[in-house]
Amino acid sequence: MRLHIKNGRIVDPASGKDGAGEIFIADGRISAEGGKADRVIDAKGLVVAPGFIDLAARLREPGYEYKATLESEMDAAVAGGVTSLACPPDTDPPLDEPGLVDMLRRRAKALSRARVYPVGALTVKLQGQALTEMGLLSDAGCVAFSQANAPLADTQVLWRALQYAATFGYPVWLRAEDAWLAKGGVAHDGEIATRLGLPGIPAFAETIALSTVLELVRATGAKVHVCRLSTAGGVELMRRAKQERLPVTCDVAVHHVHLCDMDLGYFDSHCRLEPPLRSQRDRDALARGLAEGVIDCLCSDHTPVDEDGKHLPFAQAEPGATGLELLLPLALKWGHASGLGLAATLARITSEPARVLGVANGRLAPGAPADVVLFDPAAPHQVAPDTLRSQGKNTPFLGYELAGRVRCTIVAGNVVYEQ
Amino acid sequence: MQIQRNPQLNAEGELQHLLSIEGLPREILLQILDTAESFVGVTEREVKKVPLLRGKSVFNLFFEPSTRTRTTFEIAAKRLSADVINLNITVSSATKGESLLDTVANLSAMYADIFVVRHEYSGAPFLIARHVKPHEHVINAGDGRHAHPTQGLLDLFTIRHYKKDFTNLRVAIIGDVLHSRVARSLIHGLTTLGAPEVRVIGPKTLLPAGVSALGVRVFHDMREGLRDCDVVVMLRLQNERMRGALLPSAQEYFKHYGLTGDKLSLAAPQAIVMHPGPMNRGVEIDSTVADGPHSVILPQVTFGIAVRMAVMSIVAGN
Repeated sequence: MRLHIKNGRIVDPASGKDGAGEIFIADGRISAEGGKADRVIDAKGLVVAPGFIDLAARLREPGYEYKATLESEMDAAVAGGVTSLACPPDTDPPLDEPGLVDMLRRRAKALSRARVYPVGALTVKLQGQALTEMGLLSDAGCVAFSQANAPLADTQVLWRALQYAATFGYPVWLRAEDAWLAKGGVAHDGEIATRLGLPGIPAFAETIALSTVLELVRATGAKVHVCRLSTAGGVELMRRAKQERLPVTCDVAVHHVHLCDMDLGYFDSHCRLEPPLRSQRDRDALARGLAEGVIDCLCSDHTPVDEDGKHLPFAQAEPGATGLELLLPLALKWGHASGLGLAATLARITSEPARVLGVANGRLAPGAPADVVLFDPAAPHQVAPDTLRSQGKNTPFLGYELAGRVRCTIVAGNVVYEQ
Repeated sequence: MQIQRNPQLNAEGELQHLLSIEGLPREILLQILDTAESFVGVTEREVKKVPLLRGKSVFNLFFEPSTRTRTTFEIAAKRLSADVINLNITVSSATKGESLLDTVANLSAMYADIFVVRHEYSGAPFLIARHVKPHEHVINAGDGRHAHPTQGLLDLFTIRHYKKDFTNLRVAIIGDVLHSRVARSLIHGLTTLGAPEVRVIGPKTLLPAGVSALGVRVFHDMREGLRDCDVVVMLRLQNERMRGALLPSAQEYFKHYGLTGDKLSLAAPQAIVMHPGPMNRGVEIDSTVADGPHSVILPQVTFGIAVRMAVMSIVAGN
């Protein structure tokens, strides 16, 4: 299948290109020159960009198929322009055995929509005690190892896990949250939690854990990606770690650059998230850190939760928000508010996560895998349950009027979504 | 961004549900206190009934054990001639796995008019209020650490009864503010009604983050904090607080924060002493003070009935 995309505005963050042009695709790759195309796509009025790469999207398989299925979430991914996604290991059972990883990859491949990059469990059953077979899991396709949201309280285990991973160069993805300080907490420890009478998680639960992780990176040389920063203090620690040239990267979830604890309103369980929404000051520091490049990537932290899981008192409600289909409009909103151009904005969901993953997609250079998205940056996007393809309708952005709609998604040279 | 309407008020700005004192206008608080005033007489009559809620059903939905609050709500409803159904959910549906909203939907199908809800999780009555039918009313009888508005109102009623006016009062609230829905409700009520100085007194482990943002002055030294106070509100200290790392022992707590006659002498000469009950004598309050001339702890209970009658009659009429 040979494709020719013409009349579009080509935005390729990796090369900084932003301007009129055309894209040729042959044999699943971006091609330098045209030829006879099987199909010509007119991208008039649309932006043509590399497909988005989401570093955290829960597909809920195996184990939680009542919340979402691979099929529903892969549909949501391509409808959101996400052509590659990393899925955290907190499935049931967790991704701690090569067989499970292999099965997930096969199932995903059979659906032939987005590319799925499994993140393996760092410890057996995510219990924070015994190391998983990282080598065998890597062979099965795991791109990194993580505890997802499960705590790893034992620093001896964390140290050994980082040493072992560093031996073979396996990346480790960690959320920085002190398990003891966060115990029982459901909201940012501050004025809002005090008013609502919700048990708090202090900001230093993140900075203390992050300091520990960074010290262990210094000691072990492990390559660590810090997931879902939530505090201003965390951004500062990452800034210094990068100045020190430690092998660390980090990301922030899309809700954390737009929302803060005030959005909890009258106990809105859609704002029950992990990590919790923090203060306005933290939110502003995250948005700025992402704009300055201290934070490398923006991710959806897509977590479909069924209605029953959210129709509960705030503390009992299941944490998480659906996000794959909102990644683009919310990235555009953040980029616009930060005064960034389109290429710099899209870098956080294309070339930067590609660099963290160490993959060749996320750019439009000749020879790169032909993962391409065409979107209308100005088209209105009313967030409502019936406009979301994901099985999860849980998002704090319900009712928001956003801008940015995906019109066409191409994975490996095949059109997988068109609107 | 959507602006959320205060879920307690109907489109006319009248009290539809009572969920929290926070966010209620001064006029509504005064309406409740004035209405309660008119019911105090009823509770002292020989025939203690008025027909305001005749034919209405009040469901006491207690997801957390309570004796006093449930009983006073029951008495208040009966004095308004309502039919009262008590449901102790901790030992029924919740243990069978029925969800909170399913329980409420089932009771709603039995034609409820008022749900009185107590729940161990903050915000549960808000969730219920969002899902009940338009003619149904929800009264929060205590949710987690968040709010206990009828207790706050009866505290306000008691203070007004003895002190007449809020605008020249110094009020001290002492003890476990962190876990206290009573303290939060009273603080909001006092600041709304114009009390110029509300103090909270306790160790740092029992004061929540950013508590001064509620409009209170923070003291850790009880003697200093009690100085010249007109109203002294003691909070209950639950024994389980001693099991974590919040406090070393009940004895040590009493040494620092127990109310004794000696400490009380630092307050204003006509100070009143209040406690939401149940009391732990010898932990947060000395018996000589609890039973002494400054104590208005038992009148609080009596006023609680009139205040709950007022709240039920007002929401049912809106």
